[in-house]
Amino acid sequence: MRRRSGTGYTAVPPWIYAFAAVGALFVMLPLVAMAAKINWAQFIPLITSESSLTALGLSLRTSAASTALCIVLGIPLALVLARGDFPGQRVLRAFVLLPLVLPPVVGGIALLYTFGRQGLLGRSLELAGIQIAFSTTAVILAQTFVALPFLVVSLEGALRTAGGRYEAVAATLGARPTTVLRRVTLPLVLPGLASGAVLSFARSLGEFGATLTFAGSLQGVTRTLPLEIYLQRETDADAAVALSLVLVAVAVIVVALSYRSPRGRQAMAGAS
Amino acid sequence: MSFLGKSMATLVMAGALIASLAGCSPGTASDASSNSPGTGPTGSITVFAAASLKSTFTQLADNFEASHPGTTVHLSFAGSSDLVTQITAGAPADVFASADTKNMSKLQDAGLVAGTPVDFATNTLQIAVPPSNPASITSFADLARPGLKLVICASQVPCGAATKAVEESAGVTLAPVSEESSVTDVLGKVTSGEADAGLVYVTDVLAAGDKAKGIEFPESSAAVNTYPIATMATSKNKELADAFIASATGPEGRKVLAAAGFGNPRG
Amino acid sequence: MGLRFEAALKSRNFEVALELAPGETLAVLGPNGAGKSTLLSIIAGLLRPDSGSATIGERTLFDLASSRSTWVAPHDRGTALLAQEPLLFPHLSVLENVAFGPRSTGTPAAEARSVARQWLASTDTGALESRRPGELSGGQAQRVAVARALAAGPDLLLLDEPMAALDIHAAPLMRRLLKHVLAGRSAIIITHDVLDALMLAERVIVMEDGRITEAGATREVLNRPRSRFAAGLSGLNLLTGTARTEGIDTRYGLVSGTPEGTVSPGVPAAAAFHPSAVSVYLDPPHGSPRNMLRATITDLEPHGDAIRVRAGDLAADITPAALADLGLAPGMRAFFVLKATAVTIYST
Repeated sequence: MRRRSGTGYTAVPPWIYAFAAVGALFVMLPLVAMAAKINWAQFIPLITSESSLTALGLSLRTSAASTALCIVLGIPLALVLARGDFPGQRVLRAFVLLPLVLPPVVGGIALLYTFGRQGLLGRSLELAGIQIAFSTTAVILAQTFVALPFLVVSLEGALRTAGGRYEAVAATLGARPTTVLRRVTLPLVLPGLASGAVLSFARSLGEFGATLTFAGSLQGVTRTLPLEIYLQRETDADAAVALSLVLVAVAVIVVALSYRSPRGRQAMAGAS
Repeated sequence: MSFLGKSMATLVMAGALIASLAGCSPGTASDASSNSPGTGPTGSITVFAAASLKSTFTQLADNFEASHPGTTVHLSFAGSSDLVTQITAGAPADVFASADTKNMSKLQDAGLVAGTPVDFATNTLQIAVPPSNPASITSFADLARPGLKLVICASQVPCGAATKAVEESAGVTLAPVSEESSVTDVLGKVTSGEADAGLVYVTDVLAAGDKAKGIEFPESSAAVNTYPIATMATSKNKELADAFIASATGPEGRKVLAAAGFGNPRG
Repeated sequence: MGLRFEAALKSRNFEVALELAPGETLAVLGPNGAGKSTLLSIIAGLLRPDSGSATIGERTLFDLASSRSTWVAPHDRGTALLAQEPLLFPHLSVLENVAFGPRSTGTPAAEARSVARQWLASTDTGALESRRPGELSGGQAQRVAVARALAAGPDLLLLDEPMAALDIHAAPLMRRLLKHVLAGRSAIIITHDVLDALMLAERVIVMEDGRITEAGATREVLNRPRSRFAAGLSGLNLLTGTARTEGIDTRYGLVSGTPEGTVSPGVPAAAAFHPSAVSVYLDPPHGSPRNMLRATITDLEPHGDAIRVRAGDLAADITPAALADLGLAPGMRAFFVLKATAVTIYST
C-alpha cells in the first residue's frame, strides 16, 4: 500500500484493510439501507410533526439533564476508583460498570423496584410527596443509570493516564486536596471528562429499554425519541424510519465530537 | 418453549438457506410425508402468532403434534405488526394468527394470504388492577378520576385502538399517565403496583394469575377484537398448515382458547 | 530550620535516620532501588512509613512513635519536591505554574504573579512567562520547575535527580542555577553524579538496600570511600580488610601503602587507589617491591583515552598500545601491579 509522503511506518499488513473494510461495511450498510428506505418527499413533514418534535425536544432535554447528573455522580466515582485504595474497590467498579452489560430492560426493572411506588426508596419518596414513576424525572433516572458507566470508564481511564504525579507535586507546593482537584486534576482530565460526557449524552439519547420499563410512555412527558420511533413503527413505518435517521444523525455528530477530543489531548501530551 | 421454538426455526431457516446455496436440498416436507407411517399430512410448519396467543398456541401446537405423529410445529411469537413486517420481508411463515383484522388485511393486500382468513377468537378489554385494588376501581367511569395512575395502550397498537373506541362510545375522557406500546407493558405497570389501573384484554388478566385482578365493564362491548388465522401463500406445506388451522378453530382448539379467556367469534 | 528524620517502612525494606543542619544541602547517593526516592516521598508526606518521626525546626512533619500519632498532610509540610521530570502543569502558562504555590497558600492572584515573576527572573526564564509548558525545551522546563518549587517558599527543598532527564547541554546550566539557589538553603538532592554532589552539597549520604551505608562531608566520602558504591562513584579502587603493621590484609593478600592518620594494626581498614596508578602484566615483574594483585580479567572497556581493564572489583587504566602488546582478553589471569606510594590506607 502506497503511503502518502511524510507519513511514518505503520505495522499494519495490507490485507488488514480488506477485513477492516468488511467491518466498516457491516456497521454502515444497515444505515445506508435505512437511508434508502426513507420517503424523502415526506421526510420534512414526518420529522417536523408535533409528536416528533415533542419527542426530539424531550430527548434532548432529558439527555442533557442525565449527562449533568452523570457528571455530578461520575466524577467522584471515577476519582475514587482511579485514585482510591480501599477494600471492595474492584467490586465497586464491577457494579458501576454493570449497566454496560445489563439489558436495559433489567435496569428498568431494577429502577422500578427502587424508585417505583412499591420500591425500596419509592415508598419514602411518596410519603415526602415526590412521585417519580411516569414522570420526566423517571426518564432522566433511567438514562443516567445506563449512561453513568460511560462517563466513569472514560474519566477513570483519563485519570489513570494522567497519573498522580502532577497531583503530588501540586500538594508539595502547598495546594490542599480540594485545590489540587480544582486546579490540577480536573483541568488535566478535562478532555477525558468531555468525551465521557458526550458518550453519556449519546447513550442517554438512545436509551429505550429502561425508559420503557421504568418511566412509561406519554407524549411530552416520558415519550422520548426512541419510544416515539418504536410506537410510530406500529402504524407509520415511513415516520419511524425518518425519525431513526434523525436519531442516527444526532448520535453520529455527538460521537464524532467526542472522538476528536482524545486526539487533541494526545497532541498536547506529546508536546509537553 | 417460544425462545427455543423461535431459535430452532431460525436455525432451520439458516440451515435451509445454506443447503440451498450448496445446491443440495435435504429431506423436505414432502419427502418426509412419504416416509411417515400414519395418514394425513406430515412434515413441519412454522406458525407466526400474536404475542397474546403465546400460551394457547404453545399448547395447541403440542396437542397437534401429539395427535398428528410425524409433524413438527415451530412457533414464533411477536406483536402482530412485527410479524407482518417479518412476513412481508420474506420470513418463511406457513400460518399467521393475528390479534386483529387490520394486520391480517395488510398481508391480504400484499397478496401473501392463501384463501380466506378464519376468525377463531375474540378478545375484549378488561380493567386490570393490582390485587388489593388500591384505588377501589369498580367501573369504567372510575378510570377518569383525577389523580388516578392509569396506564393504557397507545392508540397506534390494537389494544390502544380498542381502548379509544370504548372511550368514545362511553363518552369518558381518560387521562393516562402512560400510553404503552404493548399490552405486556401495561400489565407490567399494574402488576408491579406502579399503576392503579390499566386497560388490557381479558386473556391478559387471566394469564397474570393472582398478580392482577380483572374488572369487567359493559362498555367493553364497543370494541371486540377479532383474531383471524390464515395459511400463507408462500407456504411449502399448505396441507399441514390447513390441518393446523382446522385443529385450532375446531372443538379442541376452542376448548384451549376458551380456558384462556378468548371469546368465540361465532357466538 | 534543620531537619531531624527517622523512619522505617518494612514493605520497602527502608530504615533511615538523618539530620540536616539549617541551610545545609545534603546529597543522597546510591544505586537504583536503594530507597532514595522513598526517603524524599516520606519527608514530603507522599508515603507513610510504619514508624518514625520527623521535624523541621520546631514543626513536626510526622510522629508515629508517640501514643497520639501525628501525620501532617503534604500541603502543610513546606517541603517542595522537584522531580526528574519538570511536571509543569500542562494546562497552565509558565507564569501560572510558578504562581501556583503562592496562590495555593492564599496569596492574592496579582501578588502571586509578582512573586512568580521574581523567581522566573532569578532562574533566567522571565522571557518564557506566557508560554505553555509544551512549548519549552527540557532545560527551560526544568528551570521553570525550580522557580515553581522556590516560589512556594519551602522550608526544605527536595530534589530527586533534577538533572537526570536533561541533555548534556542543559545540565551544566541547571547545575549552575542549582548552585546559586541552593546556597544557604536546606535541601536534599538525590543524584547519580559525583559532580553534583561535589558542587552542590556540603554533605553526602550513601544509601544501599534501604540503609545509610556511608555519611560524611562530600570530599571526605569521595576521597576516602568506605563503601564500594562510593568508591565506584569517585572512580577509585577500594580494597577492604584488616590493618597490619606493614599494610592491609585484603583478599588479594597484603597491600602496602601510605597510612592516613593512625591506622592501628588489627582494625578494619581500606586501601584506595586510582586505576591509572595500576599496571597490568602477564608475568610477575621483577624490580622494586611493589604491590602485586593476581586476578582474572573480566572486562575490557574504553575509558577516555585509555582502556580500562577490569578484574572483578579491580580496575586498571592502560594505554591501547599496552593492551595490544599484552594481547589481553577476558578470562586471562594477570598481575595488577601498583606502587605503595599510590595507595592510601585508612581505618574504616
